[in-house]
Amino acid sequence: MSKLNGRTPTLPADRLARVENFGHSLAAPGYVFRPTHAGQVADLFKAARKEGFSIGLRGAGRSYGDAAINRGQAVLDLSRMRRALAWDPQTGILKVEPGFTIQNLWQYTLEDGWWGPVMPGTMFPTLGGCLAANIHGKNNWQAGPIGEHVLEFTALLPNGKEVTCTPKKNADLFHAMIGGMGLLGVFTSITLQLKKVYSGYLDVHAWAEPDLERVLAATDENKEHDYIVGWVDCTAGGRGLGRGQMHSADYLPPGADPDPAQSLRAEYQALSPNLFGILPRSVIHQFMKLAFHNPGMRLVNTAKYTLNRTLGHDKRYPQTFVAFNFLLDYVPDWERGYGRGGLIQYQTFLPKEAAADSWREMLRLCQRRGLPSYLGVVKRHRPDKFLLSHALDGFSLALDFKVTDRNRHRLRALTADLNRIALEAGGRFYFAKDSTLSAADARAYLGDDAIAKFRALKRKTDPHGILQTDLYQRCFKTKEEKYEVR
Amino acid sequence: MIIGASSGIGAALARSLARRGYALALLARRADALDALCQELNAAAGETRAAAYTHDVTDYELIPGLFQKLLADLGRIDSVVYAAGVMPTVTFTEYNFDKDKAMADSLLLGAMAWLGQAATLFERMGEGQIVGISSAAGDRGRVLNPGYAASKAGFSAYLESLRNRLTRRGVNVLTVKPGRVDTEMMRGAGITRGLYPADKTAEAIARAMHKRKQVVYIPGWYRWLMLAIIHTPSFVFRRLKF
Repeated sequence: MSKLNGRTPTLPADRLARVENFGHSLAAPGYVFRPTHAGQVADLFKAARKEGFSIGLRGAGRSYGDAAINRGQAVLDLSRMRRALAWDPQTGILKVEPGFTIQNLWQYTLEDGWWGPVMPGTMFPTLGGCLAANIHGKNNWQAGPIGEHVLEFTALLPNGKEVTCTPKKNADLFHAMIGGMGLLGVFTSITLQLKKVYSGYLDVHAWAEPDLERVLAATDENKEHDYIVGWVDCTAGGRGLGRGQMHSADYLPPGADPDPAQSLRAEYQALSPNLFGILPRSVIHQFMKLAFHNPGMRLVNTAKYTLNRTLGHDKRYPQTFVAFNFLLDYVPDWERGYGRGGLIQYQTFLPKEAAADSWREMLRLCQRRGLPSYLGVVKRHRPDKFLLSHALDGFSLALDFKVTDRNRHRLRALTADLNRIALEAGGRFYFAKDSTLSAADARAYLGDDAIAKFRALKRKTDPHGILQTDLYQRCFKTKEEKYEVR
Repeated sequence: MIIGASSGIGAALARSLARRGYALALLARRADALDALCQELNAAAGETRAAAYTHDVTDYELIPGLFQKLLADLGRIDSVVYAAGVMPTVTFTEYNFDKDKAMADSLLLGAMAWLGQAATLFERMGEGQIVGISSAAGDRGRVLNPGYAASKAGFSAYLESLRNRLTRRGVNVLTVKPGRVDTEMMRGAGITRGLYPADKTAEAIARAMHKRKQVVYIPGWYRWLMLAIIHTPSFVFRRLKF
């Protein structure tokens, strides 16, 4: 029995807001704070220690799962801390606040001939969020995750201390906070080494592959290109299971672009507001709703594959950085196309040898259960040194599932089975996408050592357990510990 | 979340909703009754499905803090049911301000204090359901218990206003207008005849919540009875004795 007595509210009611995941499939109330400088973050930490509330960190809210939701408690949205602090166009070293976005980055530096060394499929995440999830791009084999390009960061810890971390200095914390999902501290500045480029174009090669084996083989054979990515039609069955289209891309060497000053300009890179010159991109997601069901997506995927195999097969063309990297931004609000229930993304990372068999099993299972993924994306990965890493020597397959009130339970059962298949194959998962793992699943792929190390660091940086999110409750807390802090 | 859950319609509704798989936060003044109900519900479910919180709805100034604590404890709140209230016996010739105030405090002002919090949350969330256990007694000012009729009429109007504000934000507001239900409150007021069972009332409310109805009379035929009563001309109504 809880006794409710003379307690005044500690969190201001005017901060109460709906906090969602990017896919709009999860939502919870939260008291959202949007500081503009680190002093306000320190004040909030102090208040949380005194009053006993928890704080979930949030950047642009682009995580597909529950990484930036802290139900019923405080949410610290860092998107207003987004100043560029220092930029050296000679060395390509950029120092920014955590709310600086990928879009801010390329618009700021590309004109000087520097591009983000690791770019996600959308330009809207914040760099703080990118570091917290230790994101990868279509160049993971070549460039590793974004954490490998961080020269230094400063952070404010919930214990009140400020720290500076580099790969050498405070190396443990460096390798844990990057990929640590904002559970150890708040980045206050991030110093990145950017990639020198000599043109705003990439040399792109596109071709089709008839099944999953060939898609994976092509991904592996082409991993020495700067970028390699495969699209997979997850709705096709039989011999065409896992058929798809490959894209490789390479940076242009110096001198190959006759007019780099032109192609490196931000305005030159920007996506046009209209598709095919006439259809406003902003309205497309409304039409997508009409096709976002099993028969509709089967038709769309088949049509796309047929075009890729015929007109689009074995094509080479130059494409701007923005158009190649930020595919997800082609259609603004595309995730709304999935309707009211939204979507979840489900991404597994499997060792090279096990990938084909396991994913064939997964794709068949999805189709048998009437829950085919509407989109599949394959990438090549390599291991890295970060504590909560999702990477391994192998491939990843990202799947998008539509969520409705009716399929929610079936989808949960399906993803539990998919998790089992992935774990049996030695697979790993990615917290930026995940909304399905249990604490036992997370332990199974991360290993007891990594979890113990992470806990030890958290006890040190956050002894009061202030930094919490729904993802933390789900993946890092066992039943007994669940209410230790709240 | 049910406010006024230790007995009567509130307790019966807690049982109905627990059977339907709801996780419940139960609030009431009487700790022992509330505790017993919680244990009963959790034992029946075989897991922790209900949590109890003692609270007097007339402690208005505590309510914002309590609401925040509940939100932090529960993580999210989908439905808020206001079922609290007292109905002291009032004789035909009695004009007792203390009794009237006790009714207005618990039936109306407590509801405003709690449902204002719920409305804020649901409006921001763009979803949720507010359920007010009002009464058919609020449809017309009858000779029996003016304070009760006035409080319930006020409560019904308050709920209607919330509905008109919040429907456009995706929030459903359900006004429940029971007739004579077999509860401690009714029996305490000396009404023992023609009572409708509390568990049936609760089932009807749970169904109405599921269907996201707006106004529901229980039992259903009260809708027609009250229609007749509402349209009874005053010169007739003044001469009636109920």
